[in-house]
Amino acid sequence: MLIEIKDMYKTYSMGDTKVNALDGVSLSIDYGEFVAIMGHSGSGKSTMLNILGALDQPTSGSYKLDGREVSTMSKNELARFRNRKLGFVFQNFNLLPRTTAIENVELPSFYGGVKISSEARRKRAIELLEMVGLGKRLYHTPAQLSGGQQQRVAIARALMNDPPVILADEPTGNLDSKATVEIVTFLQELNAKGITIIMVTHEPDVAAYAKRQIVMKDGKVDQIIVNSK
Amino acid sequence: MNILMIFRVALRAIWRNKVRSLLTALGIIVGIAAVIAVIAIGNGASEQMKSSINSMGNNLVMIFPGSMRSGGMHMGAGASNTLTAEDGEQLAQDYPELVAAQTPMIRANAQVIYGENNWSTQVSGVGTGFPAVRGWNIGNGTFFTEEDVHAGKRVVILGQTVVDNLFPGIDPIGKTMRVKNMSFKVIGVMEKKGSNSMGQDQDDILIMPYTTVRRTLQNSVFNNVNQILVSLHDMGDLEEAKTEFTAMLRQRHRLKDGKEDDFNIRDMTEITEMVTSISSTITVLLGAVASISLIVGGIGIMNIMLVSVTERTKEIGLRMAIGARPIDILMQFLLEAMTLACVGGLLGTILGVVGAKMVGNIQNWPILITESSIAVSFAFSAFVGIFFGFYPAYRASNLNPIDCLRYE
Ligand SMILES: Nc1ncnc2c1ncn2[C@@H]1O[C@H](COP(=O)(O)OP(=O)(O)OP(=O)(O)O)[C@@H](O)[C@H]1O
Ligand SMILES: [Mg+2]
Repeated sequence: MLIEIKDMYKTYSMGDTKVNALDGVSLSIDYGEFVAIMGHSGSGKSTMLNILGALDQPTSGSYKLDGREVSTMSKNELARFRNRKLGFVFQNFNLLPRTTAIENVELPSFYGGVKISSEARRKRAIELLEMVGLGKRLYHTPAQLSGGQQQRVAIARALMNDPPVILADEPTGNLDSKATVEIVTFLQELNAKGITIIMVTHEPDVAAYAKRQIVMKDGKVDQIIVNSK
Repeated sequence: MNILMIFRVALRAIWRNKVRSLLTALGIIVGIAAVIAVIAIGNGASEQMKSSINSMGNNLVMIFPGSMRSGGMHMGAGASNTLTAEDGEQLAQDYPELVAAQTPMIRANAQVIYGENNWSTQVSGVGTGFPAVRGWNIGNGTFFTEEDVHAGKRVVILGQTVVDNLFPGIDPIGKTMRVKNMSFKVIGVMEKKGSNSMGQDQDDILIMPYTTVRRTLQNSVFNNVNQILVSLHDMGDLEEAKTEFTAMLRQRHRLKDGKEDDFNIRDMTEITEMVTSISSTITVLLGAVASISLIVGGIGIMNIMLVSVTERTKEIGLRMAIGARPIDILMQFLLEAMTLACVGGLLGTILGVVGAKMVGNIQNWPILITESSIAVSFAFSAFVGIFFGFYPAYRASNLNPIDCLRYE
């Protein structure tokens, strides 16, 4: 199994009241899957994904990725782990402002301690941007790109270090229907190349592209739907 | 991420907020400029004082009349009238291996007149050893001779300032001028010497044999002098010379054991030390003021770095999400603060050097800019950057990735 979660809780306490954003979740995701996490607003989807991405820690429960327990890792180990194993795609793109597309894509390769020549780095960034169809926009800054284009830059960035897993939190949330289809088919193609994709969405149309849907409700897994194709 | 890359990121972040960066660095700029300028002016002043002290004479030892007790009454320094020109002559005679030259000195002020022009100046009555003792040569004409001294001849040698004021455009040699309404013949002009350490014009002087001063200007029946100047062969003999001179003078003045000296022997090292300690005290004080402005500048940097961290919370979150470790974030902000301070230091150094030179030119002050003062201020500004940049950088590195990404 790629991902194994057991009995996971995430509790936020606001004064006296406690909110269980995750309320005892157990699930596993295999290599090469394309999973869509669905559910109503506030059901704990983002909380779940952030924990999977090691951006946030659960209150209790175990999370194993590739057989390694993540919850006991140090900050530095977590940083390495995110750098090598995970690529992130955010709803609001999160590109560095006033920085060219190519430099945004290169960014992950500066961290993680892997030695790479600046020519090799540049070459890979260009390849990735060409792959997402932005070969003619290499030196555009985010402000000079449309939302769909920005998200494609973000996908190229997520792929820079060749991670086995891509985590996407509502990657199409800020896009129109045409761009949405582009992005989600793109994710599908990546999945076909063997990359595991975990995507949060609340659009059934988008979720339909995944191989499997995990529906959450009140911090629990409510339903698992296997898409027939 | 390697240092060079972080450095580029830091430079870019600074460049993006040019005006803000400049205003932030202003504290450092002013602080460093002040340090550089103050040290340059202070060093220059003390160098000049030292060289002008040296210009007062070669290996100079000065003997002054001391205080005198008469019947239990203390008369104060200089009150004794036992120091004579013969004392000096005896010293030169008995210690040729120590004494290179010597001259007595009697001072008086006088109104001097030539034609329509008159001038008030200092008259120095000296012996023939004067040029050698002061290391000050005759420029034009001749100095007076031993015979002139014996005869108490009315001959004078002028300083350049006196020439400029009494003999504008005239060659004074051979002319007869009036001092206190008596006529004197000008036989020579000294070389131009400039101001001494106290800013006194050394060329505002009229020199004549001490015997002449005593007879014509003072009408004195005593044969005491105001001062004896002795030039030693070697400053290394100073302590020996002082001991020997003291012994000889005590003997000549018939001072019984237990009675205090009726003279004082002084040398230039004391004055040099005093000048050095005054100027270094001033430098330290001004340096302290400048350091305070550097600290204020550092606080400015800390403030703007805290703002910068807050502004770029999302960026920090994103960098953490793609694999930046806490140390990477720490280095990024620390280097940014350091770069900001160093750029400030660089601009401050330029401003300080230019400012010091300008002040030096306008005020006609000597300026001494040392590499060490530049290196020290530069190191200091880098240190200020690191010291005051650490807290904001540490705060940034300690943030939680998810909190940063969610930050509005
Ligand atoms: N930092 C926080 N502090 C307190 N409560 C939080 C925090 N983050 C999330 N929650 C709570 O946890 C619950 C789950 O939030 P989460 O963001 O995971 O929902 P979501 O399923 O992603 O919703 P949406 O579809 O609207 O994005 C919500 O009730 C939310 O109020
Ligand atoms: Mg959400």
